[in-house]
Amino acid sequence: MKCTADSVLSIEDLHIHFPTDQELIRAVNGVSFSIPRGRTLALVGESGCGKTVTAYSILKLIEKPGKIVSGKITLYPKEENPVAIASLHPKSDTLYRLRGQMVSMVFQEPMTALSPVHTIGSQVAESLRIHENKSRKQAEALTVDMFRRVGIPGPRARLKQYPYEISGGMRQRVVIAMALICQPELLIADEPTTALDVTIQAEIMNLMKELQKQMNLSILLITHDLGLVAQNADDVAVMYMGRIVEQGPVRKIIKTPRHPYTIALLKSLPGLHPAGEPLESIRGSVPSGACIPPGCPFHPRCKYAQKNLCDRGRPPESQPLSPDHRVACLRAEEIQA
Amino acid sequence: MTTQNKMPLLSVRDLCKYFHLPCGRRWSRKTISVKAVDHVSFDLYPGETLGLVGESGCGKTTTSRAIVRALRPTRGKILFSDSGTPVDLACLSERQLKKIRPKIQMIFQDPFSSLNPRMTIGSIVTEPLVINKIGNAKTRKEQMAEMLTKVGLKPEDAARYPHAFSGGQRQRIGIARALILKPSFVICDEPVSALDVSVQAQIINLLRELQRQFEWTLIFVAHDLNVVRYISDRVAVMYAGRIVELGDTETVFNQPGHPYTKTLLSAIPYPDPDRKMEYKHMGQVADPGHLPAGCSFHPRCSHCVELCRQKQPDLIAQGDDHFIGCHLV
Ligand SMILES: Nc1ncnc2c1ncn2[C@@H]1O[C@H](COP(=O)(O)OP(=O)(O)OP(=O)(O)O)[C@@H](O)[C@H]1O
Ligand SMILES: Nc1ncnc2c1ncn2[C@@H]1O[C@H](COP(=O)(O)OP(=O)(O)OP(=O)(O)O)[C@@H](O)[C@H]1O
Ligand code: SF4
Ligand SMILES: [Mg+2]
Ligand SMILES: [Mg+2]
Repeated sequence: MKCTADSVLSIEDLHIHFPTDQELIRAVNGVSFSIPRGRTLALVGESGCGKTVTAYSILKLIEKPGKIVSGKITLYPKEENPVAIASLHPKSDTLYRLRGQMVSMVFQEPMTALSPVHTIGSQVAESLRIHENKSRKQAEALTVDMFRRVGIPGPRARLKQYPYEISGGMRQRVVIAMALICQPELLIADEPTTALDVTIQAEIMNLMKELQKQMNLSILLITHDLGLVAQNADDVAVMYMGRIVEQGPVRKIIKTPRHPYTIALLKSLPGLHPAGEPLESIRGSVPSGACIPPGCPFHPRCKYAQKNLCDRGRPPESQPLSPDHRVACLRAEEIQA
Repeated sequence: MTTQNKMPLLSVRDLCKYFHLPCGRRWSRKTISVKAVDHVSFDLYPGETLGLVGESGCGKTTTSRAIVRALRPTRGKILFSDSGTPVDLACLSERQLKKIRPKIQMIFQDPFSSLNPRMTIGSIVTEPLVINKIGNAKTRKEQMAEMLTKVGLKPEDAARYPHAFSGGQRQRIGIARALILKPSFVICDEPVSALDVSVQAQIINLLRELQRQFEWTLIFVAHDLNVVRYISDRVAVMYAGRIVELGDTETVFNQPGHPYTKTLLSAIPYPDPDRKMEYKHMGQVADPGHLPAGCSFHPRCSHCVELCRQKQPDLIAQGDDHFIGCHLV
């Protein structure tokens, strides 16, 4: 997936480190991907693999001591010149403007995005008034309209409610309304439904898909749920220890995965498994980002690891198996799920 | 699994747990009652696994906590027949409960907060033996080493503290702690929800293996329906404090009878891009403090008729071991 003219975002060889007193945590180690306009890219992987840090880097929101060590992040606003994010000052005007207008984020825990002491109506309208210079009246009308579109019943009455007065699913809708009200080109959704029930999850995902169609929105969907990925993504990037080990169109990744980690993840899902047979689990657990194994970082847990090949040297490079399917495994040619 | 001829290990009858909360208006002495668990009845047979599913707040944890008597039920019977004659856990005193407690254990959802950070793994795992005054220092240590090995940890880990372990390992510690009293009945409340899929698979395999070895009877609470389907012999679907459908796992998943079960199943995102989700909009979530009259599900149900607004349906047998609580079935 090379960056093309109609991408909204491209990331090339991104490296992010967290130097702490005791150790250096290498959270992201050479991530590259791009998101075509109007499509959904899912970033999947287990806890700690670097999904959130990667997403935060797009808006330069990484907390200290973390820093982007190297790499290129480029946003392509529709009617402006491309912006190279990595070189911008974290407090620059350009960044501030992009955050409100071109790119918005939905976080896992809706409460972190909402202020408990303001009504939900004023919070949503606030971002309109700051970024779009709308009057109070206009902002309110647009907010009511947005609430209606995200399926909040009785939108006008809701404006006056506080976040603690509404359910978790409803709060997440408010956050989505807030994220979409300035008509962004890219929505970054970091585990938007992990804390919610399946029925509410289904409603919120359907809603995002619908709004995507209406607004030609691009979505970076961050999740560890391969079911959500299969149902909602166009393309998938699978991350392990700060690297993308496999990426391609959703059907290829789910139906014909070629990286041992992707294969193992899919095999460990109970939904794809006949009851009675033991699940295939991946042995061991994810090592810390402070001591990444030499060679292929996955080799200590890999079923296909070969001595004297996978356990030494540099990590395997991502290679194309076909023009749209890339795998970073030394034995990819031999491995079939 | 055929359950007809066996004696149930556990018979829950009309179990209710109501919480009384201040009604929110200042100066008002009125309270509202939250029917967290409302007339729940089911049987559980030795060696089987019953899955308990339903949306957040439907009463799964409260049901579990009432059964292990971490809570005093408002009403109902909990007949436990481990030693032949059934004992009603619901009306035992704390003193009488003490004798039975070791046989019934609970494993909790959150492997991060359920272990005391200031205790070593060794003392966490042996604590139940100490509390119940079982064995002496030497036998306790032996048993602990055995349990740690059983759950895939090392006896040397006993000297370390919880923070040194990953989520999956902490869940193993919680399991070792539950296991050491040799229970006959274990309730797992979302034991794998906080874990990554690869680790989740390890823990599910471990639970199944231990169940086989020790002939555990299990209640498995989870909101991941794929996990429940995989691990359970039978499933109970709860809605707003009540069981609305109960039956053999494959029957419930393949021929769901209750409209809520159907909706729930339609919302599972299958990890297959060619099998599209058929979920349709379902409206507001139930608030157990303000339940409507009649069937609690009626405001969200697309088949609702007048009867549903007036009368609460009972859970009625619809064939072998399949119970549905809906007027229209
Ligand atoms: N503030 C920080 N200080 C030190 N290390 C950090 C910090 N934030 C993140 N990291 C490290 O960066 C790595 C990636 O973290 P990140 O939050 O991106 O993971 P993730 O893939 O989003 O996981 P999850 O699924 O749990 O949200 C982790 O190993 C973590 O230890
Ligand atoms: N101690 C309590 N006091 C008042 N209300 C309570 C108490 N414990 C639970 N409830 C209420 O009882 C209902 C059932 O809660 P319970 O925790 O059993 O649900 P659950 O099915 O386990 O949900 P989840 O999937 O979110 O864990 C909820 O509405 C909850 O708010
Ligand atoms: S390079 Fe070797 S260790 Fe790494 S995934 Fe491929 S086979 Fe496994
Ligand atoms: Mg994250
Ligand atoms: Mg619960």
